[in-house]
Amino acid sequence: MVTDPARRAEVQVNDLLAAVVGLGDDHLVLGHRLSEWCGHAPMLEEDLAMPNMALDMLGQARALYGYAAELEGRGRSEDDIAYLRADRDYRNCLLVERPNGDFAHTMLRQLYFSAFMQPYWRAMTDSSDDKLAAIAGKAEKEIAYHVRHAGEWIIRLGDGTEESARRMQAAVDALHPYTEELLVADQGVDFALVPDRAAMRAPFDATIGRIFGEAGLEIPEVAFPLSGGREGRHGEEFGHLLAELQYMQRTYPGLTW
Amino acid sequence: MVTVAPVEAADRAADAWDVAARVPDPEVPCVTVADLGILRSVEMEGDVVVARVTPTYAGCPAVLAIELAIETALREAGFEARIERVLSPSWTTDWITAEGREKLRAFGIAPPVKGGDEGVLFAETVVPCPRCSSKKTEKLAAFGSTPCKAHYRCLACAEPFDYFKCL
Repeated sequence: MVTDPARRAEVQVNDLLAAVVGLGDDHLVLGHRLSEWCGHAPMLEEDLAMPNMALDMLGQARALYGYAAELEGRGRSEDDIAYLRADRDYRNCLLVERPNGDFAHTMLRQLYFSAFMQPYWRAMTDSSDDKLAAIAGKAEKEIAYHVRHAGEWIIRLGDGTEESARRMQAAVDALHPYTEELLVADQGVDFALVPDRAAMRAPFDATIGRIFGEAGLEIPEVAFPLSGGREGRHGEEFGHLLAELQYMQRTYPGLTW
Repeated sequence: MVTVAPVEAADRAADAWDVAARVPDPEVPCVTVADLGILRSVEMEGDVVVARVTPTYAGCPAVLAIELAIETALREAGFEARIERVLSPSWTTDWITAEGREKLRAFGIAPPVKGGDEGVLFAETVVPCPRCSSKKTEKLAAFGSTPCKAHYRCLACAEPFDYFKCL
């Protein structure tokens, strides 16, 4: 326990900063993954839907990074935070960096993330931090469309043909072990500012249970939940993602539109 | 240092509002920023006009273009201007004015249906066709040409149309 008030205030700001950047990282990385589908989606409607959702997520990341830069007060911009960190400095959960795989994997990843974020944003609208409450107020409404869009696809594919059901279940088996990390609370931060992630378990399980029930999908037994992203330990594919994401700023430092 | 009388400042603020309010939305040019309800306030701070603008969607690429357009319009009208982006309270489609809704419809974009249930899986909101007013329409895609729109088709007159989603 830090007793010096000035030092304690600094620790509190740092804990909040870490939580805000981590949340921004989730959105930047998943937004980037979705944008990779642009021009490659299985149909035109999805080619619009996925970049549209990506845009929502980039907008949310931007608001969070902008606020993080303000909290930090060291003259870094939202772009510096997004583009000029090394892989170990990113605190996104592993789920969001998973490669797109087939359409079933992409939509399931979206469902897991948005089914978690919907109650999380709702809780954050009550944050005692006005800025975070404002960001959450906007995001909560946007994420409802993501839950619905991904949820409808999961049901359609899970309850579809033999092949679509098989591939949907394969996606569940592959990605379910990553969901546990979504529900691990941020360390040290005051839950009056940032919601307790662990408290989202009930609404998350309810959404997933309802959709999987309609889709005829089984939740697998997970012996070893996969995590590490929140501590900066990422998968191999993450470096490749960053190489593309950061290419412009690394090649032409300071480049602006 | 010139002292501005309160009445004069109020007049200038009203003039500045008129200038800013006429700026069209860059992606839906049939409506103005005032019609959409994204121009929140225009006030004088000394000699500077402060226009507060709120984004429709967090990631809307038009946000910057809208802010620049308002600032440019104010400067061209002889005002010194600053734009502030406000996030709270967050914009809702309920803020689109009655005039704005009618302009959207006349342009061929169905205005948001109040109390639509977009959050519900497979729920269908009845969106009347902006051309023939038929309620026999179907959703083709939940995400359209801009973040704020979905794509629909009228089953009566066969016209495809955009629907301004509820937020």
